[in-house]
Amino acid sequence: MSTYKIAVIGDKDSILGFKTLGIDTFPVADAGEGLAVLRRLSGQSYGVIFVTEELAEELKDPLEELNRRFLPAVVLIPNSRGALGIGMQNIKQKVEKAIGADILFRKEG
Amino acid sequence: MEIRVNPTRMELNRLKTRLTMARRGHKLLKDKRDELIRQFVILVRENKELREQTEKALSGAFARFLLARAAMPIESLENALMYPTRRLSLKVTRENIMSVYAPKFEWEETAVTEEGGIYPYGFVDTSAELDSSIETISRVMSQLMELAEVEKATQLLAVEIEKTRRRVNALEYVLIPQMEETIRYITMKLEENERGALVRLMKIKDVVRASR
Repeated sequence: MSTYKIAVIGDKDSILGFKTLGIDTFPVADAGEGLAVLRRLSGQSYGVIFVTEELAEELKDPLEELNRRFLPAVVLIPNSRGALGIGMQNIKQKVEKAIGADILFRKEG
Repeated sequence: MEIRVNPTRMELNRLKTRLTMARRGHKLLKDKRDELIRQFVILVRENKELREQTEKALSGAFARFLLARAAMPIESLENALMYPTRRLSLKVTRENIMSVYAPKFEWEETAVTEEGGIYPYGFVDTSAELDSSIETISRVMSQLMELAEVEKATQLLAVEIEKTRRRVNALEYVLIPQMEETIRYITMKLEENERGALVRLMKIKDVVRASR
């Protein structure tokens, strides 16, 4: 069993704090850069990639493709400007896709 | 719509076996779908809760980090965070949920420094917000890994459920009705032939009797 690495991609201000934990940080300025980094990382032995929601919104399609693969697991995290609710939205979409109706958020909406 | 076939007994037999096979497959796939959905619902509930917690914790940590950044010159902040104090090693095993393979993460962090603290800097020229931000992030890490695991599993399950449901529907609404229709067509055709043969025999008998 091989060991894997963990990466975090996002704007610099948000992800700098992860560096001290031994996670590889990849600060990017815009979506194009983010896509390049993501492409590069998905080919390497990264088990988990954390992506800020802000960036993830611009990279929907490549992320969707990664979601169908066994590894890496892409997890959206809020950035320094707070949570955008995209991660939650994704859960909701998953539920609708799998079951055909929204059973988790129905009470709130 | 029926399948175009020769209305023969052999074809009829073959179709009947295919139909029972399709019915059995349909039932099995339906069971699989139901169980997948059950598992999915359990996991997705967990997923939602975990995400709520981690998002809240992380947003707080990032907000404090921003404050720290405002309070300190950017160079000294970057210097302070230059060296990681931990080394993370991640091991991945496979977990089988209804023959959907989801990754299971096992991670280990080892301290790089001798004292084993989580702060890579001295406390002299850094602000307190930075400390609490780093502390929260390191605390949230295990939750984040759990979130990664659960979220991946639900994603993979969702894809599998969709696939299974398509198959179930294809069998239920297309293949099985089609075969039933065709079987009916063949039986009718065969009966018609039989009747035709009978009538012909009777006619021949009449002709033979009259000519005698």
